[in-house]
Amino acid sequence: MPVIRHPLRHRYFRTMDVATDNCCYHCGETLLTTRIVAHDKCFCCEGCRLVYEILEENDLCTYYQLNEQPGVSWRLPVRADKFACLDDARLQQQLIQYRDDTHTHVNFYVPHIHCSSCIWLLESLHRLDAGVERVQVNFVRKEVRIVFRQGETTLRKVAETMTSIGYEPYLSLQDLQQKAPRVDRRLIYQIGVAGFCFGNVMLLSFPEYFSSPGDIDPILFRYLNLLLALPVFLYSAQAFYRSAWGGLKHGFLNIDVPIVLAIVVTFTRSLIDILTGAGPGYFDAMTGIVFFMLAGRILQEKTYKGLSFDRDYKSYFPIAVTVIEDKKEKAVPLPEIKAGQTLLIHNNELVPADGILVKGKALIDYSFVTGESAPVERSAGEIIYAGGRQTEGNIELLTIKEVAQSYLTGLWNRQELREEEEKKSVSFVHLLARNFTWVVLMIAAMTAVWWGVYDAANIWPAVTAILIVACPCALLLASSFTNAHMLRLLGKHRFYLRDAGAIERMAEADAIVFDKTGTLTDKRTGVTISHRGLLTWEEREALGSLVAQSTHPLSEALAGYCGTFRQPVKDFRNVEGQGISGSVNGLAMKLGNATFTGALHEETARGSAVYLSVNGKIKGHFSVHQSYREGIDTLLRQLRERYQLALLSGDNDREAPVLRRLMGPGAELRFRQQPGDKLDYVLQLQQEGRKVMMIGDGLNDAGALKQSDIGISVTDDTNNFTPASDAILDGRQLLLLPYFIRLCRANKRIIMISFVYSLTYNITGLFFAVQAKLSPVIAAILMPASSISIILLTWCMSWRAAAKLRKADKDHRKD
Amino acid sequence: MSVIILLLGASLTVALIFLAAFCWSVKTGQMEDDYSPAHRILFEEKKETDQNK
Repeated sequence: MPVIRHPLRHRYFRTMDVATDNCCYHCGETLLTTRIVAHDKCFCCEGCRLVYEILEENDLCTYYQLNEQPGVSWRLPVRADKFACLDDARLQQQLIQYRDDTHTHVNFYVPHIHCSSCIWLLESLHRLDAGVERVQVNFVRKEVRIVFRQGETTLRKVAETMTSIGYEPYLSLQDLQQKAPRVDRRLIYQIGVAGFCFGNVMLLSFPEYFSSPGDIDPILFRYLNLLLALPVFLYSAQAFYRSAWGGLKHGFLNIDVPIVLAIVVTFTRSLIDILTGAGPGYFDAMTGIVFFMLAGRILQEKTYKGLSFDRDYKSYFPIAVTVIEDKKEKAVPLPEIKAGQTLLIHNNELVPADGILVKGKALIDYSFVTGESAPVERSAGEIIYAGGRQTEGNIELLTIKEVAQSYLTGLWNRQELREEEEKKSVSFVHLLARNFTWVVLMIAAMTAVWWGVYDAANIWPAVTAILIVACPCALLLASSFTNAHMLRLLGKHRFYLRDAGAIERMAEADAIVFDKTGTLTDKRTGVTISHRGLLTWEEREALGSLVAQSTHPLSEALAGYCGTFRQPVKDFRNVEGQGISGSVNGLAMKLGNATFTGALHEETARGSAVYLSVNGKIKGHFSVHQSYREGIDTLLRQLRERYQLALLSGDNDREAPVLRRLMGPGAELRFRQQPGDKLDYVLQLQQEGRKVMMIGDGLNDAGALKQSDIGISVTDDTNNFTPASDAILDGRQLLLLPYFIRLCRANKRIIMISFVYSLTYNITGLFFAVQAKLSPVIAAILMPASSISIILLTWCMSWRAAAKLRKADKDHRKD
Repeated sequence: MSVIILLLGASLTVALIFLAAFCWSVKTGQMEDDYSPAHRILFEEKKETDQNK
């Protein structure tokens, strides 16, 4: 049973099972033909050869020496005037970063950047375009910063040169409407300052701790420490002040409130101690704890810069569209499109606004919006909704709505999504910290009363010492470091979470909603075709030529199966709902259902069966069915035990029996779901008190992904775009989902264990504090000891918790 | 005692220089991209000299 595979295979698989000699020299795809040759090198397509020739001409072949087959396959040629819109001055203004009399600076997002060859080639762009002065690649962000002299080249030319060598800059509506956020480096400065001060305060505290009284005069050291603690208190700890204040403003006591209280008390107590000459203060403990907490915060917030979790429709839409005005074509920025304009939509372009088809034959692929896989035909006068992709030739359409008011974009304006802020639940860490704080305050109060009775002079030192020791910083450290470890471990297995809060929501989910196309099914293989019967090469060629004439999804699937042939077809006939026929090289071909082809009895076949007859003889049948990801049945069986499962598909219910078997009897299956329906279903589950995990892949799931408690978008190539979500999962890792969930569950446990462990330090400290005997030396030992041991403990426990995941991933790759 | 003060001054100065260097490295974006600089330095330059500065 041969299985067709999409030619665009991922690198991960490529390196494993394909020898280099039958691969494209440029991109490494398996060669389908050896006819495309240049300089003794074989290429998979004309596009790859073209790129090679450009590089060869300009002596840029180092590109191929740095990495083998560094290119990206370029099957869909880019329309020649695609970047014509970049000549538009208003558009330019919105894209460029800076311009003076001679130079222009611009940032392009280039999703294809993936290796050092890419960096080298892009930074050698000036050899292809003399007007380019300097190019700098930011690999992590997949961004290219280009400086060019506008007298010698133009923005459009630069973009076209990049496209010609396979690095098409990605320009979307989002680039126009929002400026890229400034990189926030404040935290890094803050930790730098905190680290510097912490180190020096510690060093300067040693003389007083270790010398016998009278050896040295501690005054100088104390004041230096005060001086060094000031920047930490006033600058480095700002992040905590801000978060605590933000919480208080919303009437919420988060973990940063007691921490700020502890920092302020420590500083005040130390300041008074030094000014009155009573002691050296606790500056080393204070600066140290700020430093460690900042480190935890930075690690936890370290995000995947190359991935974006916030894409809405804007990043899918082009920045400009061709408008026909007075019979002339003009590129107009998308936001300026008004109702009543005539748009020219090229082949393979997205329809950006709802409109009426005026000219041309539209074959719209709505899979983007609805998930329905078969393209629909529309004829002149019918309405075409935004988000569809034209798949055959150019069409003209008259807009009836602006871009922002179209059906698809309207989804983003729904009330439910606006109220998103509330959805994020409060982490248990804050609740824990709150209880902890109350207990501490009670101990402090009781101690104050005790000393008030026996020795009033000890009230101040005892109470401040309690507040210093009992700051829940250990809890904060435990949670931020554990979260950071988890994010990193999950990321290593290609499951990327947006933030630490997502770990907890992931663990709490109790219902899982799946999308079908692209999530349960494998986009790369698409459909599986199995063939019963034998075909000669001529027959196969004839069949390939015949199906190439038809745009029916089954024909397209078969065309992929047979390979591309273009033999002339005579007497081509398409009988609606029955099949197609024609004669190729003297072979009378008939392809269709049993009655159409004259097959005697219907053989049982899974999915849709298509029979083939050649010269009146039945030559077997093809069964076409959607191919689900390998192992999906095991996955669903595992999940079924714990979760309420549901499937929302934009497609029709052709596959319902298969899906019922996969999802189990208890699962809810819904077909022909519009994006709005999916959102409503998630909402309905939530109103029933469920915590919903939504797993989808397309823009049609975007609303549901956003509404769900945790939305996971599945992608087979992380360079591709994924709609706004809380997590991005590499499609091949979907089977590991139960392990990911397990790890997220372990997260809470690890935080709790570390917290309980850290309590021993707190209790030790309290033991000294209530007696008003907490000397700075004890604080200086307890603080780093507890911090470092907690960091190590969380690391070891997270590592252990991920053992099962690691093993599963290893087995998974072996298969 | 005066020796200690001298040493104090020296050690703090050195530490301050490092802090300044750190701030400079953050400011020039060296913390942004940890992949390309490491590879860029390995590129051989055939014809033209200045390409990454």
